[in-house]
Amino acid sequence: MLRAIIEQEQEKIEENNIRQWIYSKRKPVIRGIRSKRKKDRLKEKRQGDFCLKQDKKFYWKLFLETFQLSAFTFGGGYVIISLMKKKFVDKLHWIDEREILDFTAIAQSSPGAIAVNAAVLLGYRLSGIPGALVAILGTVLPPFILLSIISVGYSAFIGNTIVKNVLRGMQAGVCAVIIDVVITMGRTILKEHHWIVPAILMAGSFIAAALFHVNPVYVILICGLVGCLSVKKETGKGDGNHDLS
Amino acid sequence: MIYLKLFWVFFQIGMFSFGGGYASLPLIQTQVVNQYGWLDMREFTDIVTISQMTPGPISINSATFVGTRIAGIQGAMAATFGCILPSTIIVLLISALYKKYRDLKYIQGILNGLHPAVVGLIASAGISMIVQAVWSGAAVSFRINRIDFIAVALIALCVTILRKTKVDPVFVMLGAGVLGGVIYHFL
Repeated sequence: MLRAIIEQEQEKIEENNIRQWIYSKRKPVIRGIRSKRKKDRLKEKRQGDFCLKQDKKFYWKLFLETFQLSAFTFGGGYVIISLMKKKFVDKLHWIDEREILDFTAIAQSSPGAIAVNAAVLLGYRLSGIPGALVAILGTVLPPFILLSIISVGYSAFIGNTIVKNVLRGMQAGVCAVIIDVVITMGRTILKEHHWIVPAILMAGSFIAAALFHVNPVYVILICGLVGCLSVKKETGKGDGNHDLS
Repeated sequence: MIYLKLFWVFFQIGMFSFGGGYASLPLIQTQVVNQYGWLDMREFTDIVTISQMTPGPISINSATFVGTRIAGIQGAMAATFGCILPSTIIVLLISALYKKYRDLKYIQGILNGLHPAVVGLIASAGISMIVQAVWSGAAVSFRINRIDFIAVALIALCVTILRKTKVDPVFVMLGAGVLGGVIYHFL
């Protein structure tokens, strides 16, 4: 009787041991699968959920970042795009490089200031309409505050040599940011599999805008058309001729 | 009602200024200078100068400037709000469409065509900024006395810092401003 109980107990212990052994063997595998799934899920979430819901802290950060960017966009809309790329793509990883290019194209071809349009797109992408409103506020406030102060005594501001010298230095900084961003973006485009057409489009739009001062809206329209037509060509000729375009 | 008038005028400016920046200048001029006489031509030129010196889009700068002059801070708010409202609504609509349809083949194709164009346009804006910084906006020439070597050195330094380190670009620009201010002041 006692023996039987002891045997049973031993069997149980052995069974447990075996189970534990199995678990110990399987655990890493399971964990691996789980972590992979989690990664996939996160990835899916990032790609699928176009606008994520965010908390207060995030809105505050978004406001601060856009405020900071807007306070330093001397010299037009493309500067803020360059800064956004450096900040939100390279540093914070909130969006990827393709998206910032999409945003630029959309911001350029919509009415209104590029900086405001880009802020709307970015805010909406990150957290929907509230995000867009926060981003707009952050973008509009710096020039609003500055200009309402300057409009009182603007002749003193324009004539001030210290202001002039600091602004001259900052202009050099702006140039550097644009150069850096153009190098990075240009490389990405030339590294793509089909690089010939994009390279021609890039050179063409640069020459059209820099030398012939063509309105950027036309440049965008033509390049969009070319992009659309190249899709048609691929589907029309079937799968065998993909390399032609 | 002056606020409503300010709002409406800048609503139109925000609505019809495609292409950003200097494309909106003639529009602002016809509305603000010629039609309503809120500014004279000299003040308008001053605004353009100020806009080049201060951050922010030129349409928002002029909205704030005109609004403050005509009707104080409330006027500035009305004008600025009018200026950003149309593009906000339109771009929000486009954002929603972009979210929904960006994976379609043709939209992908269009966007693929736009990417290189955007890089080209940014490069073109960069070139005109470099001309502004190095030759002070005058004609490009390679005679030694025409080139602002301080600006060239500053640009080279900043590009090196930006490409080799991960410093926040805002700090790089601030640093360039301080350094430039000091160097230009003593030379």
